[in-house]
Amino acid sequence: MTAANTKAAGQPQNMEALAREFGLSADEHKLTQSILGRTPNVTELGVFSVMWSEHCSYKSSKKWLRKLPTTAPWVVCGPGENAGVIDIGDGMVAIFKMESHNHPSFIEPYQGAATGVGGILRDVFTMGARPIANLNSLRFGDPKHPKTRHLIAGVVGGIGGYGNCVGVPTVGGECTFHPRYNGNILVNAMTVGLARKDRVFYARAAGVGNPVVYVGSKTGRDGIHGATMASAVFGDEVEAKRPTVQVGDPFTEKLLIEACLELMATDAIVSIQDMGAAGLTSSSFEMAGKGGLGIELDLDKVPQREPGMSAYEIMLSESQERMLMVLKQGREAEAERIFRKWELDFAVIGRLTDTGRLVLRQHGQVAADMPVAPLSEQMPEYARPWVPSAPRSSVDANSVPIPDDIAGVLKKLISCPDVASKRWIWDQYDHMVMADTLQRPGGDAAVVRIHGSDRALAITTDCTPRYCDADPKVGGAQAVAEAWRNITAVGAKPLAITDCMNCGNPERPEIMGQFAGCIEGMAGACKALDFPVVSGNVSLYNDTGSTGVQPTPSIGGVGILDNLRVMQTIALKGAGHALVRIGHTRGHLGASLYLREIAGREDGAPPPVDLQEERRNGDFVRTFIQTGKSLACHDVSDGGLLVAVAEMAMAGGIGAKLEIPTAALPPHAFLFGEDQARYVLEVAESDLATLLTHAENEGVIARRIGTTGGASLTGIGGWAISVSELKAANEAWLPAYMSGSA
Amino acid sequence: MKSAVIVFPGSNCDRDVAVALARVTGSAPTMVWHGDRAIPKVDLIVLPGGFSYGDYLRSGAMAAHSPVMTEVASRAKQGVPVLGICNGFQILTEAGLLPGALIRNAGLHFICRDVHLKVENTGSMFTRGYKTGQVVRIPIAHADGNYRADPMTLDRLEGEGLVAFRYCSAEGTVGEAHSPNGSARNIAGIFNEKRTVLGLMPHPERMIEPMLGGSDGRPFFEGIAEALAA
Repeated sequence: MTAANTKAAGQPQNMEALAREFGLSADEHKLTQSILGRTPNVTELGVFSVMWSEHCSYKSSKKWLRKLPTTAPWVVCGPGENAGVIDIGDGMVAIFKMESHNHPSFIEPYQGAATGVGGILRDVFTMGARPIANLNSLRFGDPKHPKTRHLIAGVVGGIGGYGNCVGVPTVGGECTFHPRYNGNILVNAMTVGLARKDRVFYARAAGVGNPVVYVGSKTGRDGIHGATMASAVFGDEVEAKRPTVQVGDPFTEKLLIEACLELMATDAIVSIQDMGAAGLTSSSFEMAGKGGLGIELDLDKVPQREPGMSAYEIMLSESQERMLMVLKQGREAEAERIFRKWELDFAVIGRLTDTGRLVLRQHGQVAADMPVAPLSEQMPEYARPWVPSAPRSSVDANSVPIPDDIAGVLKKLISCPDVASKRWIWDQYDHMVMADTLQRPGGDAAVVRIHGSDRALAITTDCTPRYCDADPKVGGAQAVAEAWRNITAVGAKPLAITDCMNCGNPERPEIMGQFAGCIEGMAGACKALDFPVVSGNVSLYNDTGSTGVQPTPSIGGVGILDNLRVMQTIALKGAGHALVRIGHTRGHLGASLYLREIAGREDGAPPPVDLQEERRNGDFVRTFIQTGKSLACHDVSDGGLLVAVAEMAMAGGIGAKLEIPTAALPPHAFLFGEDQARYVLEVAESDLATLLTHAENEGVIARRIGTTGGASLTGIGGWAISVSELKAANEAWLPAYMSGSA
Repeated sequence: MKSAVIVFPGSNCDRDVAVALARVTGSAPTMVWHGDRAIPKVDLIVLPGGFSYGDYLRSGAMAAHSPVMTEVASRAKQGVPVLGICNGFQILTEAGLLPGALIRNAGLHFICRDVHLKVENTGSMFTRGYKTGQVVRIPIAHADGNYRADPMTLDRLEGEGLVAFRYCSAEGTVGEAHSPNGSARNIAGIFNEKRTVLGLMPHPERMIEPMLGGSDGRPFFEGIAEALAA
């Protein structure tokens, strides 16, 4: 127990020291005094500190986040609410967001990851949506690091344990490794939900006198100051922070989803907000603040798990599976009946007022009395000093040794930790529950049918941290472009993204420079691709000592597939078909997987992202897919062209003979270069001429690269490797590693 | 045909099986809340998959004591067909309507993937849509699917033709290597003595159309519809 917890009941001697322990700077502490006109008590100080924590306030990042495009004709609600809302036609909206749970997942991987899933689910169903898909983006340290195996087991167990029980399919994600995540793993969870467009719920409170209602689980002493913990660098005492991690109860979450959706089918709710980071504090401030109202809470009425909790503990608890809502007066009984049916706590804990103040009462006394608006209006905002990342020089392919064993290199790449099959992970996630999963994990994007219709959402999570580390601006643009491309590759129209900005300590100018660079790159790509940001989250202080993570702006993309019959998968469909590469191959090896895994180098500029070319090629591919003539499609990313073809071959269990021109490029640059804006299509011979002609007319580069068939991948120079051997290698690494034998 | 799907707190495949019943048999089931003591007059009662009571204590242990289960047991005794899928199978064993128990998977992990099943006995309304020995591909999604019973019970189940499905290879080979969860004798589903109650771990309701990855679950529901129409 921290000093703060033991002292919380009484008034400690040194408020200045306590403010520091709570993570408030001296200036911030002074500001709290000027807002209140007096020194805040422990409860109030606790409220200020969580509201102004980096995690809740975005005080270092806000200035930059404003640069992201957030609007489009189909955007119903952009950033600022619990989740983003986009119009997907037919009177329906998709509601989605991605959020980080990095710090807790490192401290206690199972519960940290589980509650990350629980939190993001609540953000989505709070708005009236039934969650239909979960995804995640995971970054672990070096597989050789002694903690990595334990962290993977715990995180995967936690994500599965929560999502499986709640009954929302976990349909996709990504998982890569790098020593820069040894001390700070990243666990980003995304949820997508569906709602009727006229049935979206917001947090804005309204109606003086309306009851404020608490539903869900009881409040306990868990997760107190979790938001503050997530706003600091890890030191040597990481393990001691375990009590700040919350404990998840997916069963209660499932009941809460059903109860909330049942109540939402009526018109009893005025506003609703989940209790996430900073619990009751942020939810009550959020609702009152957005409504320009005051709120009075009687803390004795808050359902509590244990006796003797102080006002400070109740307000800062991050106990899970709780919601706060404002009901219309007189609808309490109707709402209570629903929550009792689902065996959940239900309590009217306060009223909305016109005072503009948050007043907390406990044991007949005022425990806190603070103005609502100034807490957000005067919230600190920092223009932290930053330095742009130093540009890296490009890598000349001729300086990288040409391999004499192409098949061996391919086998090594498809079995390296970043590319190896993640089946061991997704086998532990129920990815089929709800019976609308049309495309399971392992493809370019997950495809989930809109229940009862013949349309579907295409969903993906993407980021290539090694590019972001090499050049944050290019990396930021590439992450957005890859999400757009993955949605395109299944035949869908990309609509919008959510993001999770994971960086190191923002007080270090070079880290702030990485953050700024990523944002700049993302903003450009979002604009060029009509792919706005509708929700997101920032996770800073992902550092241990002086080592920070690779800047990792995880992108969660959502698109719409209007015609299910043309949906593409990456699997080759048959023999004797033509394989066609779309996009220009320049042989870019800088910051590539080939360079790292084969040549043992991590230098070089990342592949440039030409957004016009990206757009042109993607629009061309999507239009071609709509004709119904494409048999398979895969975007080209990690490992380049040959890895992409190998993935198609493995998925389909069919080989291919590659007829790659030995033109100007060295073979490794051609086969493994990671030039962007590229796809591989499988088409019938009879459709090939049409495809090539159309491409030429549109100014898109399209080249035949081979013919499907046989049981092996073979190439010029006589190299060959059987698809079954590739598949075995691709599937073997992760299970072997997790069992301790790799 | 009239059917009822029992909804327990934490059920999460209730909608999926209701959709499958409606789509394949053409008749939507009545959803019955576990707290209700009465079940309408129906030709089939379904206990769906999910995590009733969060699998707390033991999978199916708490749901087996839900108010509605008294009525389920009495209907089963009267010969009303009862189908338990996944968590429903776990509840049926906990309620004593089927013998044996489902314990933690041998690999200790939750497993979600398509598996192959051999149809062992087609002499029931649930399996009449298949051919004896037919190999079908149906997904599983569970952490506690490792079927266990004492050797005498297992011998009796096998001897009396009460094993409905066994895990097998794509070619139909039954053996330990093809059991995803360590189940005794590769058992994936069993009947009661009269073959009016079936419990199975795999989810036929997730495989009723090619878009979902296959239609091998369709004959399961077609057989039910035929039997009840007759």
